[in-house]
Amino acid sequence: MSSAAALTWFARHEIRLAWREWLAMVTGSRGRRKRAIIALIAFVAIMHLPAYAVIGRFADLQAPGKPELIVITATIFLAWALMLSQAIESVTRVFYARADLDLIMSSPANLANVFSVRIAAIALSVTGMALLLSTPFVDVLVIGGGIRWLSAFGVVVAIGLSAAAVAIAITVALFRLIGPNRTRLVAQIVAAVIGAGFVIALQVAAILSYGTLSRFAVLTSDAAAAYAPALGSPLWWPARAAIGDGMVLSWLLAGGLVLLGAVMATFSPKFADTAVSVAATTRTVRRGPRATAFRGGSRQQALRAKEFLLLWRDPWLLSQSLMQLLYLVPPALLLWRSFSESSAAIVLITPVIVMAAGQLAGGLAWLTISGEDAADLVASAPLPPSRVIRAKVEVVLISIGAIFTPLIAALAFASVTQAIVTALGVIVATVSAAAIQLWFRVQAKRSQFRRRQTSSRIATFAEAFCSIGWAATAALAVTIPIAAVVSGAMTAAILAATWKISPRRD
Amino acid sequence: MKSDVSALEVQGLTKRFDRPAVDALDLTVRTGEFYALLGPNGAGKTTTLRMVAGLLKPDAGSVSILGVDALADPVAAKQIMAWVSDEPMIYDKLTPLEYLEFVAGLWGIDPATSETSAHQLLASLGLEPHLHERCEGFSKGMRQKVALAGALVHDPRLIILDEPLTGLDALSARHVKGLLQERVRSGCTVIMTTHILEVAERMADRIGVIAAGRLVAEGTLTELRQQNGRGDTSLEDMFIALVDADAAAA
Repeated sequence: MSSAAALTWFARHEIRLAWREWLAMVTGSRGRRKRAIIALIAFVAIMHLPAYAVIGRFADLQAPGKPELIVITATIFLAWALMLSQAIESVTRVFYARADLDLIMSSPANLANVFSVRIAAIALSVTGMALLLSTPFVDVLVIGGGIRWLSAFGVVVAIGLSAAAVAIAITVALFRLIGPNRTRLVAQIVAAVIGAGFVIALQVAAILSYGTLSRFAVLTSDAAAAYAPALGSPLWWPARAAIGDGMVLSWLLAGGLVLLGAVMATFSPKFADTAVSVAATTRTVRRGPRATAFRGGSRQQALRAKEFLLLWRDPWLLSQSLMQLLYLVPPALLLWRSFSESSAAIVLITPVIVMAAGQLAGGLAWLTISGEDAADLVASAPLPPSRVIRAKVEVVLISIGAIFTPLIAALAFASVTQAIVTALGVIVATVSAAAIQLWFRVQAKRSQFRRRQTSSRIATFAEAFCSIGWAATAALAVTIPIAAVVSGAMTAAILAATWKISPRRD
Repeated sequence: MKSDVSALEVQGLTKRFDRPAVDALDLTVRTGEFYALLGPNGAGKTTTLRMVAGLLKPDAGSVSILGVDALADPVAAKQIMAWVSDEPMIYDKLTPLEYLEFVAGLWGIDPATSETSAHQLLASLGLEPHLHERCEGFSKGMRQKVALAGALVHDPRLIILDEPLTGLDALSARHVKGLLQERVRSGCTVIMTTHILEVAERMADRIGVIAAGRLVAEGTLTELRQQNGRGDTSLEDMFIALVDADAAAA
C-alpha cells in the first residue's frame, strides 16, 4: 500500500470511528440510526423558530456600524470558544480513552502521518457539529437577507479549523508543562472554563457597569464602541466575512487551513510521544491519606462516607462544580451590588440558583445512584435496597445544601421572602432531579458519565424541563405569584408524566 | 468443624432469560465444606450463585443459607455470606484500606475488629506495601485480591466465589488458595466456580458439575470416578465426558 493510499485508508477508518461514536452518543448505543437521523432533522427544523426569534432581525443588515460588528464578532467568538472547549475534550479523549493506540503504535505505519489524519478527524468532527448547529441560524439569515449570508457557513468552517488547531496546541502544551497525569483533569477544567468563561465575563461586566445580567448591555454600549478599533480593523474580518465579504472569507479560510496545517506539521510527531507518556503513566501511584483508624457508625453512614469520598475525588465533578460555581458568579455579584443600591434585577438571581441546583443535583444523583462501580458488592450487603437508595439520595441533598446554603443565606440579607422562595425552589428542583434519576436508574460505571444523557432521552429532557420549570416557577413566585401557581402545576404535571412512563416507579 | 445444618440448600431453583438458565436445580452444600461448581460456559453456574447471593431474583425455588430462608429474609442471609465475582468490585478512587473500611461498615462490623482484620488480610495477600495507594493503578490480580480481602473482612460463614483465580499470577493464586483453605479449616464454607480443573481436583471436598442449568454429577473425586465407571481417569476427562453426554442427551 502506497503512503497516500495508507493515509486515505486510515482517514476512512477515523471517519467511520467518529461517525459511530457520534451515532452512539445520539442513539444511546441502541443502534436506532434511522430514528436518530429523523429526530435530528426534526430538531434542526424546529430550531429554525427560536433561531428566527433570536437572529431574524439582523437578516437585513447591510452596512454594519460598530455596535452591530461588536455583537456579531462577540457571537462568533463565543461559538469559537465553545468549539475550542469541545475540541480540547476530543483531543484528551483520543489520548486517554481510545483503545487502539497500542495497535497503531505497534504497527509499521508512519506515526506522523497517522496522527495527522487523527488531528484532521478532530477538526472535521468539531466543524461538522458546529455546521449542524449553525444551520438553522444561517438558514434564517439566508431566507431573510439573501444568499450572501451563506458565507457564514464558511466562517463556521474557518473558526472550526482554528479551534481544533488551538485545542491541540493547548493540550500538547499541557502535557509538556504538567505531565499526562494532571493534564486530563486540567484540560477538562480549561474546556469548561473556556466554554462558559466568555459569557460569564460579559455578564460580570454588564452587572458591574449597568446592574443587569444582560450581556448585550455591554456589547451595545457607547463605551464598548469607544474602545473598539476602527471599522477597517482585521478584528472585524469574521463579522464581515459572515455578512458576505467573499475576499475576507477566503483569507479566513486560508488562515484556518494554514494554522491547522502548521499544528499538524509541528505536533503530529509529538502526538506519538505524548500517547506513549499516557500509556506509561496509567499505572502511576496516587496515594490516599494515611487513615488513622476505621470509623464506626451505621451502614448508611458507611455508604454516605464512601459516596462523599468518591465525589470529592472525582475529577469530572470537580470541573462540573467549578462550572456551576462560575455560573453563580454573576448572580452573586448582582446580589452584592443590590446591597448598595436597590435593583429590580435581583429577582433574576432566584431562577439562576434554582436552575443550577437542579442541573447539579441531576449529575450528582446519576453518579451516586446509577454510577455505582461496585454494584454487586452493595447489592450483596446486608441492608435493604431502600436504605441504600436513601443514603445515596441523602448525599445529593447534603451536597446541594452545602453548595447553595451560603448563597441563599446571603440572599436573605437582601430579601427574606425571596430567600425562602429560592430555598424552596432549590429543594423542589433537587428532589425532582434526584427522583428522575431514581426512576430511570441503570447500572453503570462512573466513568460512563459522559454517556448518561444518551442512556435515557426521556430522563434527560424531563430533568431539563423540570429544572427550567421550577426555576420559572420560583421567579414568578417572587414577581407574579398567581402565574407561579400555573407554572408550578405545569412542572408538577411534567414530573408526574415522567413518573408514569418511567421503568421503575418504586 | 462440620454442622448438621447445611451451609446452602437450594431446591427447584429456576431462572429463565430468553431460555432456561437454571432449570429446577437442587443443590446442597454442607457446612465447613469446600465445594467446587464446574460447568461449561453458559451452563448456569454464575446465574445460580448470583441468585444464592441475592443479586438476582429466581423465578421459582427456594434458597436456604445456614438455615436462613434467603428469599424471605435476604438481609439476614447476606449478613453471614460474602460474594466475590470474577470482575473485581472495587472503587478506583479508594485505597485498599478505605475499601475494607467501607465493606466492614456495610456489614456493621466493629471498627476496631475490622481494622485489625483488614491489616492482617491485606498483609497475607501481599498488599501491605500498597495499603495507602488508590486502586486505580492496580493490576487485575491486585484488584482481585482487594475484592477478596473485602469479602473476608466481615468474617462470613459462607463465601461464594465466581472464578476467583482469573488473572492471578502463580504466587497470588497460592496466597488466595491458602487463605480459602484456612477459612475452611476454621469452619467456614466455600463455594467456588472455576475453569481450572486442577484447582477443583486439589482443593474441593466435593465437586458439582452443572450443564444446561441442571446438576449432572456431584460427589468427591473418588465418587465421581465411581459414578463414571472410570477408576483412574482425570477430572478433566470426566468433566468433558459428562458435559458431552449431557449435550448428546439434550
